[in-house]
Amino acid sequence: MTDEITPELFAHLVELAALELDAQEAEYLRRQLNYQLKAIHELEAIPLDEDTPITSHGVAYTPEISQPPRADEWHPYPAPQDILSQAPEVDDGYIVVPETPTTPLE
Amino acid sequence: MELCDLSAVELYRLLRERKTSAVEILQSTLERIGEVEGRMGALENSDLTEEDKQKVHAFITLTDERALEQARRVDARLAAGEDPGALAGIPVSIKDIFCVKDTPTTAASRILANFTAPYTATPVERLEQSGALLVGKVNLDEFTYGSSNESSAFKPTPRNPWDPSRVPGGSSGGSATAVAAGESVLSLGTDTAGSIRQPASFCGVVGLKPTYGRVSRYGLIAFASSLDCPGPLAKDVSGAAMMLQVIAGADPKDSTTATVPVPDYLAELEKGVKGLRIGLSPDYFRITYPTPDGGFEQQPLPAEIEQAVYRAADLLRQMGAEIIEDVPMPNTRYGIPAYFVISRVEAASNLHRYDGVKYGYRTPQAVADLREMYRKTRAEGFGIQPKLRILMGMYVSAAQYSARYYQRALRVRTLIRRDFEQAFDRNGAYRLDALLTPTTPTTAFEMAAVYGDSVLMQYADQLTVPANHAGVPGLSIPAGLDAQGLPIGIQLLGADFSEDILLRIGRAYEIATQGEAWRQARPRVLA
Repeated sequence: MTDEITPELFAHLVELAALELDAQEAEYLRRQLNYQLKAIHELEAIPLDEDTPITSHGVAYTPEISQPPRADEWHPYPAPQDILSQAPEVDDGYIVVPETPTTPLE
Repeated sequence: MELCDLSAVELYRLLRERKTSAVEILQSTLERIGEVEGRMGALENSDLTEEDKQKVHAFITLTDERALEQARRVDARLAAGEDPGALAGIPVSIKDIFCVKDTPTTAASRILANFTAPYTATPVERLEQSGALLVGKVNLDEFTYGSSNESSAFKPTPRNPWDPSRVPGGSSGGSATAVAAGESVLSLGTDTAGSIRQPASFCGVVGLKPTYGRVSRYGLIAFASSLDCPGPLAKDVSGAAMMLQVIAGADPKDSTTATVPVPDYLAELEKGVKGLRIGLSPDYFRITYPTPDGGFEQQPLPAEIEQAVYRAADLLRQMGAEIIEDVPMPNTRYGIPAYFVISRVEAASNLHRYDGVKYGYRTPQAVADLREMYRKTRAEGFGIQPKLRILMGMYVSAAQYSARYYQRALRVRTLIRRDFEQAFDRNGAYRLDALLTPTTPTTAFEMAAVYGDSVLMQYADQLTVPANHAGVPGLSIPAGLDAQGLPIGIQLLGADFSEDILLRIGRAYEIATQGEAWRQARPRVLA
């Protein structure tokens, strides 16, 4: 069975993704998503043993080739101004953002 | 021949024999950029002129002043009798996906167009410490999402130096273009599904995807964190070996880098191939394409590409290698569907950091609240390819679909990894040192011929992506020209951390073909 991304589901994904799309973009993207879903449908037909494990990285991280964890030590960044200077809006060393949407409690 | 046309090894020798200087090498490179580059990629750009269509447009940012300082430092060290470093005086370009302190780092996206990195990526830091001259940052598909370089927000996008009406490949197309056109001698790229090897093949240069964890990803703007591998593009195998030597090795800032010792790649190069077992797999000669109705059709590999692989096998056999035919790699064809799922999930996760708050683009529109600012910022800042990946990644990792898609793709990745483990098993049936395959299903395609069809574009990577799933290294080397004069690439795949063996085989192939006519051909933009 191949799923389809309906207009309703698509609108839900767009909201979750924090995107806004014009009509032309939305039409293209939904068409391509459904096309891609058909292509990945092949995965469902691949015979897999029940005990086939997942591989999160191709190269196995054995102890022999892994770095030891770093010491849990706090090091202040030497030039915080370099980081703050990249923020779109700063006030007295704080990054400024618009109001966060809230719902008043009854 | 100009200095910028020489290989890294040749420049290394000339510099140390004091027959040239780093400043002279840099000047030659900058002159070449002036001749072939044309307009560099920019956000606001007018329509292409006929002149634009004959230029290569590899760069987004030139760092010529930084390079000049570096060149002067190299010459001063040489004059003082000091060792100036392994890549001293070698002009290098950097894919604009790597952070370089005090330098714009855009990922070819509007959302990062105003970002100046406050730190330098480890591979770049190592290049600078080795005396390399950083001439500039090159264009790419936006956030590396593509196989043609057409998705960059910075226009004009790079064009193939062998035929500027064709794509250079992607996403490291700017890197491949710059090396092929002599705008840099080496280039630092990244490979997530073939993004070094495919453009290397299309542009007639050498491209190496190292083993996952061989080169640090610290300071790389991530696409798919379990797949991304920084690596070299070079004029020849020796250049790739020189660059890998410098950038490889464990990095305390990236816990996914392995502590495996780095061999002397250059010293290994001339050992030849006698006694090496090199495999051929029928599964790499079957090309699969999806059909719009959800089916698949198989097409034969173009005869010229197939012949290039078999001819290479014959030459390597004559040089003493043992060629093992019919090695089964049955899960090769599942590389793309598994990649469609895994890479989108990881891309969506990585792209959530771009929200207009901490750095990068923020919408100038008035907004009522934070959520609206996110939506407008991301709508205006991202191009169509990031949006596509975010939406797909969210869908296939959603709770109700995860088992069917994401977790299944990760288990299919296990099957792909097992194919390689069996082929390279020292005690197995095949005991390969390397697998020899085509790099790409076609040579460079026309611009706009595939762009817009996100599925067909992805299938351009079907012969390269299995190595990314498995984490193993892959090397693409030029192996002739097709009837249209376009470069053909062949690929060598190996076991974990066997880059030295792949480079040896590649070098042996270069020696076997060094007198052939196609080796004298030059890209059309240099004719």
